[in-house]
Amino acid sequence: MLLIHCPYCDEDLPELEFTYAGEAHIDRPADPASLDDEAWRNYLFIRSNVKGPHYERWRHNHGCARFFNAVRDTVSDRFLTTYRVGEPRPDLESLIGKEGRE
Amino acid sequence: MTRFSALSLLKNAMTGHKDWEPQWPDSEPKQEYDVVIVGAGGHGLGAAYYLAKEHGITNVAVIDKGWLGGGNTGRNTTIIRSNYLYDESARMYDHALDLWEGLSQELNYNVMFSQRGVMMLAHNVHDVQSFHRHLHSNRLNGVDNQWLTPEEAKAYCPPLNISKSARYPVMGAALQRRAGTARHDAVAWGYARAAAARGVDIVQNCPVTAIRRDSNGAVEGVETARGFIRAKKVAVSAAGHTSVLMDTAGVRLPLESYPLQALVSEPVKPIFPCVVMSNTVHAYVSQSDKGELVVGAGTDQYTSYSQRGGLPHIQHTVAAVCEVFPIFTRMRMLRKWGGIVDVTPDRSPILNKTPVQGLYVNCGWGTGGFKATPGAANVLAWTVARDEPHPINAPFHLDRFRTGRLIDEAAAAAVAH
Repeated sequence: MLLIHCPYCDEDLPELEFTYAGEAHIDRPADPASLDDEAWRNYLFIRSNVKGPHYERWRHNHGCARFFNAVRDTVSDRFLTTYRVGEPRPDLESLIGKEGRE
Repeated sequence: MTRFSALSLLKNAMTGHKDWEPQWPDSEPKQEYDVVIVGAGGHGLGAAYYLAKEHGITNVAVIDKGWLGGGNTGRNTTIIRSNYLYDESARMYDHALDLWEGLSQELNYNVMFSQRGVMMLAHNVHDVQSFHRHLHSNRLNGVDNQWLTPEEAKAYCPPLNISKSARYPVMGAALQRRAGTARHDAVAWGYARAAAARGVDIVQNCPVTAIRRDSNGAVEGVETARGFIRAKKVAVSAAGHTSVLMDTAGVRLPLESYPLQALVSEPVKPIFPCVVMSNTVHAYVSQSDKGELVVGAGTDQYTSYSQRGGLPHIQHTVAAVCEVFPIFTRMRMLRKWGGIVDVTPDRSPILNKTPVQGLYVNCGWGTGGFKATPGAANVLAWTVARDEPHPINAPFHLDRFRTGRLIDEAAAAAVAH
């Protein structure tokens, strides 16, 4: 069971309170009508699926019900950080440095 | 290669079974091959076998980062069926089922294919309607599938609880009698042995780190832990790690990798005669020939390469099994494990050429790749040999995510494959 830190509730809570919501920082197209098929494919379907630190969205739906972002290492499943929606994407180097390159 | 027969068994019995030869050599890679296949699971080894047998291409290497059959081939719940909704899927999985039926004879290796039937339980009105839609679609495609009443389902699988007071009562079931199970390891071993006998090199414990392209953009070979291996054609059949590898060739795929878990019980006497799947309460059960109950759990909700998976899924699945089969309430579970499955947005595989000349991909089988092993391997070999897809895998191209021509088994089958 993962323990996930909700940045709004400021608590470490069990995975069952949360819903995974896919890769983070994928912007909805500003002008959808102008997109060609390839751009739509990239927006809708292509994901980075990284093996390593992954920017992703979670929702604390059995708690405050709010969406937030997280960086999780997909090899160890260890969360490097969680942060509120609207905050800038954290710098990966400083995060990994802080964790002592585990 | 020694052919297995009653005579060879008898002969070796006389000498205490000490003189059996190794079934395949553990090859060192050559510098150059006509075809390199990345991933020595059932799909990759099978493709090498069919390349050699049906297309006369024997200068082939199958390269794996670990032992052959050590990935998802050795981690699945061995269920084989072909009752898929859409025409494209029905053709693909029925092609596989046709090959499964003759596989032990073809490979001269007992893959223990057992057509014990796969029964899918309906627990609510929606299930009943959706299963009937499947039944009609299957019949139109000539795929075996039939409807059972709860009493008929109980007669087919006696441990089943069909009490009307159950939380999710059984309202009926769809049964594919042609479906069943096979010994997953034996599939990899049988293909490896038959491919090696035709000259294919099987290179184990040799991670492929990148795919190299030449100045024209065509495939040049693969970078591995044991150096560069030149290849005219490269086929990637690496399950959960496919997107990581294809990224190195500049091909981005619509894949996400999730842990999928399974578990087995302590072995008991034969009690469970078929395979039962229940999507609604999420239980998959069969009994192996060793006597263990083989139970399939779900995928975790988050992407991961951890090959572990979370405990909540195990608890959820075991609770569902106890609900549907109260007889197993006191059964003890022996071990659980996880495999990394690559899932596409429409839950159908990608098996075709890629935008890169000489690079082929077989991926996106998600939670249901084992059943397709012979069929996928067979048409992958065709695609690689002729540089064009077989009619069966032609619809499973990468471009469908651009054109929108999806094969949307995601909507049709929900989670279960």
